Amino acid sequence: MSRATRIQVAELARRSIVRTLRQPAQVVPTIIFPLALLSVNVGGLHPATALPGFPTDSYLSFLIAVPFIQAAIFAVNNGGADLARDIETGFFDRLALTPMSGTALVMAQLAGVVVLGVIQGSIYLLVGVTFGASFDAGAAGVLVLLALVLLIMFAFGCIGLFFAFRTGSSEAVQGLFPVLFVFLFLSSQALPRDLLEQDWFRTIATYNPVSYLIEGIRSLFIIGWDPEALALAFGCAAGIGTIFLTLAVGSLRTRLTRT
Amino acid sequence: MRTRSVALAVAWRNLHNFFTNPALVVPALLFPLFFFTAFAGGLSGISNAPGFDFPDGYTAFQFVFVLLQASAFGGVFTGFAIARDFEAGFGRRLMLAAPRRSAIVAGYALAALTRAVFVWAMLTVIALAVGMQVSGSVRDLAGLYLLAALTCLAAVLYATGIALRFRSLQAGPLMQTPTFLVLFLVPVYVPIELLTGWVEAAAHLNPVTPMVEAGRDLISGGSVHVLLAYGCGLGLVLAFSVWALGGLRSAEAAGG
Repeated sequence: MSRATRIQVAELARRSIVRTLRQPAQVVPTIIFPLALLSVNVGGLHPATALPGFPTDSYLSFLIAVPFIQAAIFAVNNGGADLARDIETGFFDRLALTPMSGTALVMAQLAGVVVLGVIQGSIYLLVGVTFGASFDAGAAGVLVLLALVLLIMFAFGCIGLFFAFRTGSSEAVQGLFPVLFVFLFLSSQALPRDLLEQDWFRTIATYNPVSYLIEGIRSLFIIGWDPEALALAFGCAAGIGTIFLTLAVGSLRTRLTRT
Repeated sequence: MRTRSVALAVAWRNLHNFFTNPALVVPALLFPLFFFTAFAGGLSGISNAPGFDFPDGYTAFQFVFVLLQASAFGGVFTGFAIARDFEAGFGRRLMLAAPRRSAIVAGYALAALTRAVFVWAMLTVIALAVGMQVSGSVRDLAGLYLLAALTCLAAVLYATGIALRFRSLQAGPLMQTPTFLVLFLVPVYVPIELLTGWVEAAAHLNPVTPMVEAGRDLISGGSVHVLLAYGCGLGLVLAFSVWALGGLRSAEAAGG
């Protein structure tokens, strides 16, 4: 990467971060909503800890992984809608005239949601531990957690960018929100997979990569160090990121050709 | 007579818009189905928790909640339609044409109820198809759907009050978020005795809780606190009727 490209990427990333953090509507609900839902669901689903084989006696420790994924779903919306707005207003067309590579252009757009994701992750961890969630992985686990959150945010952000390039409409990107929530609900978010009674639901949860993202984060809270859960979580996040980054760059080329 | 014809015309227009627009029909159908699948399918293991003793199984337990939730959101979605009508200026013309304007509110409420009946039918057929157990009699089930109707009416009247005061779709979160929160502060996943923390206290104070509990008693043929459940339902409908008519006065004062 040439020095000029590095400067351009850094400028674009800075713009993405400032733009994200300057919009309270993008920041506040993404922190409050997952925590409110967490609080309600912990009160409602606490009896699940009495089930034989439930891995912890604190439902908060079990469920605290879910807000991290909800934040990632918000990242799809925020990252995608910002880019779509750039496309709608014509800013992106002007940007595309610069000699930046497509991959660098796409990745720089995600700086805002990734930074916001790390802030959200730190707040969820802090709130969780303050209200009694265990964090069995210790201090080093915090770094691993934040690294995983960063990768998940990037991966989900790529989904938003891909749909923004494909549709060029912020309204269409916003419409993805409920669809992604389906993936969250059809996962092992509320109960461990071996305690899911319905076979068909367990099958869907097993094939749903969101289950592995949740289980990776969860393992740091309730198990400590579980190499298999962490490898699966990092692997799924990297896989989602690679697939959608490739698709996003491909869609960028198509859009530029059309332009 | 003219009041009835205005109400029927408003309802007909709303229903026509709803049923001929897939972008409106599909989410209205998918939303409750998705919650039913996620709750009844994914959380059924929780019925094995000590103290959980609902006789008809977890599918019926969740069916009642999802039925009332779908009814409430049917009302909220109709509120969106009212806001859109007023934002686009159609509401102003409607108010000029209607000799008795409360008929406009009645028309939207009738549309919300009809939309809810459509969702109830689909949800019930699917629940029965996946093996939901029902021990209540036909009369009990009629009582359950009456509770759902009261929930739908209360929600649409609440949303109407918001829509007529703001006359903009930007007020959508004000209709949706409180409804969502109130519905999730009832015993959603387990009976009220098994709730813990502040959610338990909130559920005891929530007027929707007796309606959900009565619905679950009705579907399983158990004994029901009729006065409390229907009293809460009627109370909400009356309170939100006043709220909706206040909104109408506000829209009139603003010239539609």
